[in-house]
Amino acid sequence: MAARRGILARIRKAQGRDGEEPTAAELAAVREAIARHEVGPQPPFAHAPDRLAQFRKECDRLGTTHATVSSLAEVPAEVARYLAAGALAPAVAGWGEFAGLDWAGAGIGYRNRPADANDATGLTGCFCAIAETGTLLLLSSPAAPKLNALLPETHVCVVRAARILDTMEEAFALMRSEAGEPPRATFFVSGPSRTADIEQTIVIGAHGPYRVHAVIVP
Amino acid sequence: MFFKQRASEKLGDELLQGNMRKAKGKFVDGRAKAVAEFGVWEEVRAHAAKVRDRALANLDAYLVEFEANATRRGAVVHWAETAEEACAIVAGIARDNGVRKAAKSKSMVSEEVNLNEALEAAGVEVIETDLGEYILQLAHEPPSHIVAPAVHKSKEQVAELFVKAHGKPRLTEIPAMTREAREALRGHFLSADMGISGSNFVIAETGTTLTVTNEGNADMVTTLPRIHVVITGIEKVIGTLEDFATLIRLLPRSAIGQTVTNYLTLTTGPKMPDEADGPEQMHIVLVDAGRTKLLGGPMQEMLRCIRCGACMNHCPVYQNVGGHAYGWVYPGPMGSILTPVYVGLENAGDLPNAATFCGECAVACPVKIPLPDLMRKLREQQFDRKLRPWPERMAIAAWGFAATRPALYAFLSRVGARVAAWMGGSDGLIHRLPGLDGWTKGRDMPAPQGRTFRELYALRQGNRR
Repeated sequence: MAARRGILARIRKAQGRDGEEPTAAELAAVREAIARHEVGPQPPFAHAPDRLAQFRKECDRLGTTHATVSSLAEVPAEVARYLAAGALAPAVAGWGEFAGLDWAGAGIGYRNRPADANDATGLTGCFCAIAETGTLLLLSSPAAPKLNALLPETHVCVVRAARILDTMEEAFALMRSEAGEPPRATFFVSGPSRTADIEQTIVIGAHGPYRVHAVIVP
Repeated sequence: MFFKQRASEKLGDELLQGNMRKAKGKFVDGRAKAVAEFGVWEEVRAHAAKVRDRALANLDAYLVEFEANATRRGAVVHWAETAEEACAIVAGIARDNGVRKAAKSKSMVSEEVNLNEALEAAGVEVIETDLGEYILQLAHEPPSHIVAPAVHKSKEQVAELFVKAHGKPRLTEIPAMTREAREALRGHFLSADMGISGSNFVIAETGTTLTVTNEGNADMVTTLPRIHVVITGIEKVIGTLEDFATLIRLLPRSAIGQTVTNYLTLTTGPKMPDEADGPEQMHIVLVDAGRTKLLGGPMQEMLRCIRCGACMNHCPVYQNVGGHAYGWVYPGPMGSILTPVYVGLENAGDLPNAATFCGECAVACPVKIPLPDLMRKLREQQFDRKLRPWPERMAIAAWGFAATRPALYAFLSRVGARVAAWMGGSDGLIHRLPGLDGWTKGRDMPAPQGRTFRELYALRQGNRR
């Protein structure tokens, strides 16, 4: 605790404030500033007239493929089509939220559990998506393990069209109203994993998935 | 710190020069394109500077608020005044929990405090998992860039390192090398006891730390091992999630011209009892190690820095000599300010002078740090503390004497211009400057033509009347 005391006291001395700790009034002022949740200026394209088109455009830019189906029940068929087109095995490790769909009917083995290092494809939902940057936002919880979006080489994510928002600020506001606080992991995914660490040459598939596929449902 | 000698060596290093040439355009062009299509760059930049200043102006209160919220969410917050203290804290956590292997994602603060050495001395195997950092760990070299640490290496050099480390046939293609590294590192993620990450910002409102990566290695490191340790600087605190949203529009665009990185992860506390993934313990080490020396003085604006690397990418000096010439972890213009403050001006004398003052860094900086002004202030301190060689100090003193006496200055510049014009001879070029031959060794200096500026100005004013 000596270090804490030393650092705080040095900060206060450097900035011309007496005492060794912030006062109750100073802390209250900071909390008040925080509570305003001031939103900064945003680029014009963040509020596109056609939000879905903006989302798709940014997904394309980042290498997230996408498909739109007319109901949740059609998700297994779309996943089967996507996996077959990529010559990928018809098996997924997915969240419990989607375990009740007819996976067997689409010829897919559905493992309702967190992904491990041997799973080739992980299936998740998302809390919401962000059109400005083509981003999927996953909030961790016992029912929503992050590993399914991270360990497998392919990540399929179910996105509800009504949950596509314009900006990150809107996503945070929704999180506050529905979940209160950020969970352990607030995970923004924008396309497959990549690196440019060797000669600034972009290579897809560094440590995370090589492929991210968004299935948009109504 | 002998920047001059090192810089000369680097300029003569053909291989490095080739590697640096390849990198140059990609960073600068990428950023320019991203800024052009953004539309409101200056507005967001001004807001970002304001957001950073707001937290820095009440740094102690923001840190205490962050600590309270992080603790409430189950993280353990540690404070370290020095690099040694920071290392001792992390080594202590490792010892108390029987940690044998630590997987690290990229952290410049950990480079600053020499964390890897300290952990290895404590018997912990440390694995760097960012591809660039992994390459450098194999090469036993420090990073030469804060965003692209291995920018000075060619793929042939990487291939050579991988043959030695992995014992597999030599690779020639970059995707195959990346896959081989992925496979080599996957096992480490799964077997490490401790994950170590930095935090680009820490958010006071929610007690949140965060990572910004394209590779996804930080997500492995913060999710898989049973202990997660965050090591970061005390200046990284911001107020709200909205402040983060503003800053993250600038960071990847400034760094590499990307609209967003593939992964942004906010981490708040350890896992809940019934969660399938996440660490059992989360520790956050807040490091001072010189930062408070920047507070309240003429250098405070430097603490706004969000470590994007744009200043070095745009610096003509950095582009030519690379990061290692700067002698410490932070290269380029930001390093030329941080290094003298952190390690002492007397130990980093050349750095504030390793600039042409072209001003590109100040234009590129997303949080409007007046980098050339700060370097000039350091030069003034060097002069005042008599840290520069005496001929230079004498020359500056003589110039100062003349410059504050307009008649004398006018006379001397008139004479000087005539003498220099005479030295230029018929081709108008000075081939050798007595006493300043460092300048003319590699190039000629154009000789002044005709009258001085003040003479022409006086003449023009006369004509107008």
